[in-house]
Amino acid sequence: MPNMRADKNPMPEQEPNVRNKNFEEVALGYTEEMALDEAQRCLNCKNHPCVDGCPVNVHIPNFIAKIVNKDYEGAYEEITLTNSLPAVCGRVCPQENQCESKCVRGIKGEPVGIGRLERFTADWHEAHHGDEKIEKIPSNGHKVAVVGGGPAGLTAAGDLVNKGYDVTVFESLHKIGGVLVYGIPQFRLPKEIVQTEVDKLAAKGVHFVTDAIVGKAITVEELMDEEGFEAVFVGTGAGLPMFMNIPGESYVGVVSANEYLTRINLMKAYRDDYDTPIARPKHVVIVGAGNVAMDASRCAKRMGAEVKLVYRRSEKEVPARAEEFAHAKAEGIDFHFLTNPVEILGDENGNVCGIKCIKMELGEPDASGRRRPVPIEGSEFVIDCDYVIMSLGTRVNSLIRDTTSNITPTKKGGIEVDENGMTSHPGIFAGGDAVTGAATVIKAMGAGKVAAAGIDKYIQSK
Amino acid sequence: MKRFEIIKKRQLNDTINWYTIYAPLIARHAKPGQFIILRVDEHGERIPLTMAGHDEKEGTIDIIVQTVGRTTMLLEQLQVGDCLADVVGPLGQPSKMDGLKKVCIVGGGVGNALAYPLAIGMHKHGIHVTMICGFKTKDIVILEDEFRAGVDEVYMVTDDGTYGKKGFTTDMLKELLDSGEKFDEIVAVGPAVMMKFVCGIAKDYGIPSVASLATYMVDGTGMCGGCRCIVDGESKFVCVDGPDFDGAKIDWDLLIKRGKTFAEEEAHDRQHVCKLIGGVRQNA
Repeated sequence: MPNMRADKNPMPEQEPNVRNKNFEEVALGYTEEMALDEAQRCLNCKNHPCVDGCPVNVHIPNFIAKIVNKDYEGAYEEITLTNSLPAVCGRVCPQENQCESKCVRGIKGEPVGIGRLERFTADWHEAHHGDEKIEKIPSNGHKVAVVGGGPAGLTAAGDLVNKGYDVTVFESLHKIGGVLVYGIPQFRLPKEIVQTEVDKLAAKGVHFVTDAIVGKAITVEELMDEEGFEAVFVGTGAGLPMFMNIPGESYVGVVSANEYLTRINLMKAYRDDYDTPIARPKHVVIVGAGNVAMDASRCAKRMGAEVKLVYRRSEKEVPARAEEFAHAKAEGIDFHFLTNPVEILGDENGNVCGIKCIKMELGEPDASGRRRPVPIEGSEFVIDCDYVIMSLGTRVNSLIRDTTSNITPTKKGGIEVDENGMTSHPGIFAGGDAVTGAATVIKAMGAGKVAAAGIDKYIQSK
Repeated sequence: MKRFEIIKKRQLNDTINWYTIYAPLIARHAKPGQFIILRVDEHGERIPLTMAGHDEKEGTIDIIVQTVGRTTMLLEQLQVGDCLADVVGPLGQPSKMDGLKKVCIVGGGVGNALAYPLAIGMHKHGIHVTMICGFKTKDIVILEDEFRAGVDEVYMVTDDGTYGKKGFTTDMLKELLDSGEKFDEIVAVGPAVMMKFVCGIAKDYGIPSVASLATYMVDGTGMCGGCRCIVDGESKFVCVDGPDFDGAKIDWDLLIKRGKTFAEEEAHDRQHVCKLIGGVRQNA
């Protein structure tokens, strides 16, 4: 008999006024009792619409049924049939737009907490079986290169090594993980979890080469023609930060969210035992309201600043996940909606001392279907601040396109691929943000899976 | 040979060392004007440094480093056989040489080290190279023999007159131009203030100038935007668009201000020198 409780078992969390002063994980994870209770809310319906809502088609009702039977390891095995990073996805996937948005329990009440159960399963496995030795998978003799060690690349590498390919991942930074290590903060996704997943792939036989910029140190075509890689997967993400191009944006104290988060997450500037310098401003203004803006504002709060966030649209249009938005609010971020910066003000030394904004109102819907924000004339006002973090989205880096022949770009500057993830250059595949522009971790993973299958098909049919 | 092993280390003066590092993946495609980013150890920051040379056959790259802050102090502690945690590159665009016949390169202080591979590279490319090497004082003069052996003309100047001609590099440059010397291009490599004035003189004499900018950066691939500068009214990233830019079009005052972003932290580090040079950090 399923549990007909209407709402999800709430996620235990650190208290807002405690967690906004530390970098420990905010969400603490279900206990076994909570997981059992939540799992029983799943009706195990025949059509399992949730599975179609998942970019990697995790066998959701099957793994939840195994939790109900207390077969947690079985649940883990069920998830990892299609998802190589469950501990990551259980934490950072926007389930409310994916699997959980399709859950029939969501029609009357809240959907099953699929993400929370996925996380429980992954953490249970790590706690009870994490130290089990992983056997190296025998190589089938075919070499495949993966460019970029982010979610798309790690997924492709995982699927390919499982099929016996000899996989080498090239990463430009000194740590593997891409946005999982430089972008998403420790309090949302502990870096130890990413490292555990990378270690597992290494144990299976994936080679990792850090500090290797493909396109500069070596080109994709050199990898294929000189280094013997039969196929290459390009998962280089969308890492170039956008700025507003307003006056004053070059003052000292105006940074991209990418820079701020990379200093904190990748370089661990929040810890005294790491050398990377970071500014310690008192009054920070974040521009933008996506997930990255929430991450940057919550980091700034933890670094001891008073944080205001300005967004040109209204609260309804906030693009961040509802959960991230709610967390940021609870932690004391001061939101200013319908507010758009027009100029950044600096003192005589070129340091930021304020940001001039204009009030906005919503007009007719624009191309995105959201009502276009229109400035209200004469409504300019100044917010005093000593630091501004621009979080306006990111663009695709053109390095691979510029240094590889016969790659067709998309209109948005990404790399065009076919239904198998292959580019217009035979043997070169791509996926994730490098193709779509900035999206989500799980969509990148889905693209990595598609490309891995495409690469397998391509090599086997040669 | 181990990854990022120090193969050679040569002291050029009290604070400047020349390192040859095993990094075959970088040496393979490196060109004059490009840079690397290094991390000394697991807890270190990433700092950009222009390459002073490379040897594709040996798989090595060269860097000439002045000890100025925390990371360079830690680097100075390392000896031949030690390995750096990370070296990544080649980054940035190579210096442009095509079409040039006669060039004057103006180096200031440790900037001379950064100018060295460019000067040699241009000379090998068939370009007539005049080098003006400026230093504060005699004790810190570096690379004079190397320049004399590798380029067409060398002028040494010191601020205090203890070596070569007394005065600034700008004085020497003006003197050459006033005496009728003609150059296709003037290249400035050194402190931002010096580069600003060198490029200003070039502009006055109607000669194109190029400045090799050194800003702070994190990743070096265009992801952080910390290195942005204004060139011809447009925001450019030094790491991917540079490091060389048209000297007449750089917003120098803004660049100089942005250069002081971490001035406080750097001053703090210098006051804690004793803790650092007491020995290489034991961690990771």
